[in-house]
Amino acid sequence: MAERSRDTDQDALLQFLLRMGDSTLILGHRVSEWCGHAPVLEEDIALANTALDLIGQTQLWLEYAAEVQGEGKSADDLAFLRDVWDFRNLLLVELPNGDFGRTMMRQFLFDARASILLPRLMQSADTQVAEIAEKAAKEAAYHLERSAGTVVGLGDGTAESHDRMQAALDYLYPYVGEMFVSDATDAALTAAGVAPDPASLRGEYDALIERVLTEATLELPENRFARTGGRDGRMHTEHLGHLLCSMQWLQRAYPGNRW
Amino acid sequence: MSSVNPGALPETDTESRPRRQEWPLWEVFIRGQHGLNHRHVGSLHAADAEAAIRNARDVYTRRNEGVSIWVVESRHIAATAPGDKGPLFDPSQSKVYRHPTFFDIPDDVGHM
Repeated sequence: MAERSRDTDQDALLQFLLRMGDSTLILGHRVSEWCGHAPVLEEDIALANTALDLIGQTQLWLEYAAEVQGEGKSADDLAFLRDVWDFRNLLLVELPNGDFGRTMMRQFLFDARASILLPRLMQSADTQVAEIAEKAAKEAAYHLERSAGTVVGLGDGTAESHDRMQAALDYLYPYVGEMFVSDATDAALTAAGVAPDPASLRGEYDALIERVLTEATLELPENRFARTGGRDGRMHTEHLGHLLCSMQWLQRAYPGNRW
Repeated sequence: MSSVNPGALPETDTESRPRRQEWPLWEVFIRGQHGLNHRHVGSLHAADAEAAIRNARDVYTRRNEGVSIWVVESRHIAATAPGDKGPLFDPSQSKVYRHPTFFDIPDDVGHM
């Protein structure tokens, strides 16, 4: 078993792991909703690959979360048997897919943060966190290349694709700020060297998305108001419950069923 | 000589709907391991070369098939016409002396 920083507050570590795993789980499920529906075959396969990468990362984060929790639960238990108020994912990832452009914009905004956060987590004092981050970082780097490329392609595309991408950015931007809000849990993790302070990532993030969005001829909204409540579980959007309904129904209807 | 170029295909839907702008077709070549040649594995649609490489990565290397990807727009490939098969390829059938089958290859040489 990996060595853990002894000073780490176990509850803070659990919260952190749920925040990481729930965000990849919910985004992975959202992206998987495109399977069989994407505008072209190539995008359909690529989106399914992305969804599977995210679910794979979820497995690692939630497995570790279950271990830290110490109640004998599995990653599957955490994914399929918790209700809305127990989820700690970012609000951004539970928002409905909208059109293909909005899905790719949401993916880009998420990937940009993952591509900055995961390399930092590879330096974590918690070796298990560092190992999970190392595996996920490579996937995130590719996800970013793909989503950024699509954002540029559609943003700097036709008049209609440009307008749709601008509308997607305007709709999603209020959910970006939550990724960089630091709370007591983050402070404990930062002090223990487990994870970086979210607020410290914002400068790099802003520079990255500004570079891509400029190339995409899109304008970043001026209003920096941030909708929060997902990462701390205070208040999710109405959309998460509906998502869990379809994601969890099988385990709810047929408890313990396997195949 | 024929070549593949979807953009040059005749318009079939001349009704009220506007013409659908299809992405160009790309041929994909993957090198499986270092030292081997790139092999043609299939084709796909993409808006530009970078997107074609990303699509090829997602469509053709999901099971760890490759270390390198080439893409080329299909319209850049000049191909022999199926109708020319006879004159082009049949004459070589009767020329057994072109095959190096008259040599004994020592077992130590292995696969040639």
